Amino acid sequence: MGIIKAKQLVHEYIRRDEEGNVESIQTALDHVDLDVQQGDFIAILGHNGSGKSTLAKHINALLMPTEGSLWVDGMDVSKEENILPVRQTAGMVFQNPDNQIIASVVEEDVGFGPENIGVPTDEIWQRVEESLKAVGMLKYRHHSPNKLSGGQKQRVAIAGVVAMQPKCIVLDEPTAMLDPNGRKEVIRTAHELNKKKGVTIILITHYMEEVVDADKVIVMDEGKVVMQGSPREIFSQVGTLKEYRLDVPQVTILADLLRQSGLDIPLGVLTREELTGHILRIAQIGA
Amino acid sequence: MSIILDKVNYVYSEETAYRIQALKDVSLTIEDGQFIGIIGHTGSGKSTLIQHLNGLMKATSGTIYFHGQDIYDEDFDLRELRNRVGLVFQYPEHQLFETTIFDDVCFGPKNQGLTKDEAGLRAFEALRNVGMPEELYYQSPFDLSGGQKRRVAIAGVLAMKPEVLILDEPTAGLDPAGRDEILDLVARMHKERGITVILVSHSMEDVAKYVERIIVMNQGSVMLDGNPKEVFRHYLELEAVGLAAPQVTYLMHELKSKGLMVDTDATTVAEARASLLEALTGIDAGKADFHR
Repeated sequence: MGIIKAKQLVHEYIRRDEEGNVESIQTALDHVDLDVQQGDFIAILGHNGSGKSTLAKHINALLMPTEGSLWVDGMDVSKEENILPVRQTAGMVFQNPDNQIIASVVEEDVGFGPENIGVPTDEIWQRVEESLKAVGMLKYRHHSPNKLSGGQKQRVAIAGVVAMQPKCIVLDEPTAMLDPNGRKEVIRTAHELNKKKGVTIILITHYMEEVVDADKVIVMDEGKVVMQGSPREIFSQVGTLKEYRLDVPQVTILADLLRQSGLDIPLGVLTREELTGHILRIAQIGA
Repeated sequence: MSIILDKVNYVYSEETAYRIQALKDVSLTIEDGQFIGIIGHTGSGKSTLIQHLNGLMKATSGTIYFHGQDIYDEDFDLRELRNRVGLVFQYPEHQLFETTIFDDVCFGPKNQGLTKDEAGLRAFEALRNVGMPEELYYQSPFDLSGGQKRRVAIAGVLAMKPEVLILDEPTAGLDPAGRDEILDLVARMHKERGITVILVSHSMEDVAKYVERIIVMNQGSVMLDGNPKEVFRHYLELEAVGLAAPQVTYLMHELKSKGLMVDTDATTVAEARASLLEALTGIDAGKADFHR
């Protein structure tokens, strides 16, 4: 079994009126099956309201399944005794860095989690140092988080999760509030944690450029998983993605338009380097 | 007529150890009817700048003229300025508060002193303009999706009929389709009503696609000011300050450096396509798109 496995997972948001009668039921997850292997880098795409964040909150046991099951590292999330171990296995990073930072000094913020679960002091400091190093923020350890840029704050928030030594980190639109440089910093950090520490990464995002390096892309719509595959497989279906209110990277659109105009360019071009290569080949200029 | 900023400076926490100069000698002329994009990394002074334009923040030194009048004059009506220069903040949906969508949009015009009926008419028009389905008008704004809430918040500002509409990162957190809806709406308001639009954005692709003039802020100063082509020509300088050019601009520069004669001024997919087709096939197939 993979680190995260969902079987026919359903989640309904039920609204009740004052007397407790059901007013409306909204199905946010509709029989989702998912199997994520340890060490994978998974990206989840989907428009607002497609169920991405609801799924993410299940992985962290913040929400419980209405029907179906979800196992995190073999633990059934709906069993109460599993809630704390599940949260230590799967850490979460949210959109707004300001909502996730509590201490007035960077290193104290990162140490908060381990301290909370009773890690011995020596080990806390060791974990703080390692985590800050992993996100490239060690030299800011004595700084105030207030004075950091958005990307730096978000990396501190990630370090706080890394210090809990989770096997899996779920990032729910971690770059939505960042400028281009901040976005690059955060995505690079996620890839480094994945490669160097073998942490399973689940990245939820609206920026198509951020998912081209993922191992696997999952597209959600109306609470269902509607597409799954490598970035190349997913982004070669420009039309289908548009139907799901999604986009493709600018380079992929351009490559697709050129292909439609009769140029010999394959489907699913993902990077600038690839497209440059194809164009130079067509122009018969040795690259 | 226009908004003119003359050597505007703004200093946070003056005379303390945390003194930060957020604006340094900013001089700008914003002509009526322009569609302007403001870009800059976090902390470059973008938000401080736009809050000066409707008098929410007062310059430490320097002057701002609105239609030729100094807005810091004692007899200048700042209330009137705020009616005419509408500001949509980041995450404006956090400012929704009424029990129905319709009441929420009425709040601005009522506050301007319009009667209930007049305010209602304004609200209808604004909600129609942002494409809100009529059956939702009397529902709670809190039941809407993120993108819909944001449209209601924008309608609240549009209902005040501003001459200048300023939006601070209006697409942050929206999915691609929601992003296009908001930007298309703003572009339509600009075209149909001729209002001046100032868009603060982190997305170079969006800015390149929609605006006619880009102002680049860096460390509180105006670093570059020009049309998208002029500004993105400085892509290396933009990178040095934490920004970037649109993806296709990089592609064109790479191809040119390898010896293919393409237009490095292309900033949108349509322009890049046209230039590439011309370079590769010699046909002018995309000329029509080029001017779109």
